[in-house]
Amino acid sequence: MRVYADNAATTYMSEAAKAKLIECLDNYNGNPNSLHSDGQRTQEVLDEARQTVADCINAAKANEIYFTSGGSEADNQALISAARGLASKGKKHLITTNIEHHAILHTMAKLEKEGFEVTYLVPEANGIVRLKDVEDAIREDTALVSIMFANNEMGAVQPIAEIGALCKSKGVLFHTDAVQAAAHLPIDVQAMNIDMLSISGHKFHGPKGVGALYARNGVKLVNVIEGGAQERGKRAGTINVPAIASMAVALKEGCEHMEENMKKVSALRDRLIEGLSDIPYSQLNGDPVKRLPGNVNYSFEGVEGESLLLHLDMYGIACSSGSACTSESLDPSHVLTGMGVPVEAAHGSLRFSFDTDNTEEEVDYIIEKVHSVVERYRGMSPYWEDLENGKREHCIPM
Amino acid sequence: MSLYTDKVMDHFENPRNVGILENADAVGEVGNPVCGDIMKMYLKVDNDVITDIKFKTFGCGSAIATSSMATELIKGKTLDEALELTNKSVVEALDGLPARKVHCSVLAEDAIKVALIDYYTKNGRELPESLVGFEPHED
Repeated sequence: MRVYADNAATTYMSEAAKAKLIECLDNYNGNPNSLHSDGQRTQEVLDEARQTVADCINAAKANEIYFTSGGSEADNQALISAARGLASKGKKHLITTNIEHHAILHTMAKLEKEGFEVTYLVPEANGIVRLKDVEDAIREDTALVSIMFANNEMGAVQPIAEIGALCKSKGVLFHTDAVQAAAHLPIDVQAMNIDMLSISGHKFHGPKGVGALYARNGVKLVNVIEGGAQERGKRAGTINVPAIASMAVALKEGCEHMEENMKKVSALRDRLIEGLSDIPYSQLNGDPVKRLPGNVNYSFEGVEGESLLLHLDMYGIACSSGSACTSESLDPSHVLTGMGVPVEAAHGSLRFSFDTDNTEEEVDYIIEKVHSVVERYRGMSPYWEDLENGKREHCIPM
Repeated sequence: MSLYTDKVMDHFENPRNVGILENADAVGEVGNPVCGDIMKMYLKVDNDVITDIKFKTFGCGSAIATSSMATELIKGKTLDEALELTNKSVVEALDGLPARKVHCSVLAEDAIKVALIDYYTKNGRELPESLVGFEPHED
């Protein structure tokens, strides 16, 4: 059996998204900036896609959508725009969390080097940021609050509407990295008072290499890529209309079926959480209820995540891990440690991320195989032996 | 999975010499749970020959594979021969490791050295020159 349970890393493209991509490659290959009819026909497809994306997040106007190369570029541009745009008004303070994607954290680090001050909020043990902490962190010179909609690793969903209302009342810009949330959770940028929002096509069955930044009219964007005047002069480069149109189709599909998808996928998620709960000295990371429909992140004490992941792959199961050994940096997940998960437990973490293509049979297969690999690797772990005979103390309760 | 060679995957899937030796003549343990790697080696020594060896490892695929390969390389060898085992020879025997996993092979070499020190010390013997002042690497 082959089970793909790594949809938070990337999804497979939907049939409709693939069909749209091919259709555009065949029939809408003109440059939308060209005045001839090939170009203008393509421009119409682009306009339609922009309207679709705007509708899916309830943007007031289609021209508030700027297409980018993906979520990372959108995140970069949002932060750089807010920081550099407001620096001249003496606003040199930015607020974010310590569990953001590196597209946010590394851009923040870059801005710190440019002289901006950044506050990194620490979430509660369930991975959710306290509204009070956001409020307390806002200062006279705060330019921007950037807090992710839902976490890619442990799935916790942040109180976005409340943070948006707070930021609006304080006159501070609010950006959210919604890469994991778009097409999976309801998003309404107007009702939630979101000024800027990032999405990425391949996280919801669209193509890779394409995303979008929503920026409310009135928010001044600064270019990250200089060149031609595409995207209202804010993002240079010949517009990738096939990918954009394909992403828009995928987003629309996800949004149209959101309620039923959430119901189906969260049932799979809860089935896995329940099925793993009898493994001693293991824990679910992230809030059990306020979490992405498809996300399960579990830590198993005494074992190391990469070995579990590799063995599960031999059983045909694709998942991911927050272990240091699966990262380039040799540090365990900054998200798990950032929310207070002990380093030892972060090393032994696995993430499964489901989508509508997954089935109950697949979940049951995962449950069986995770039991088997955890037992196998605990059996050969001197660390587990020390925990069992009391030489070391457990960091996860039984 | 192309991250690892077939040899690494073979030793990961079918690790040799896993377990503990109840009446081991020497034990060596290196690493810690915070770093995410612990290796423990048990040796049985007879007339300065390593007649049996077992290991337990907490760590990633390459940590398990390097432990397994290291035990294979020194099983049946003399103490002097075991002393000559380097992390490089373990990596070569596995047909290579990704650069960021080479530290696993260092851990395997260190675990064996710590076990050898334990053996010489327990038996009141002078440490060979190469082991004097030896400290395992910080992982």
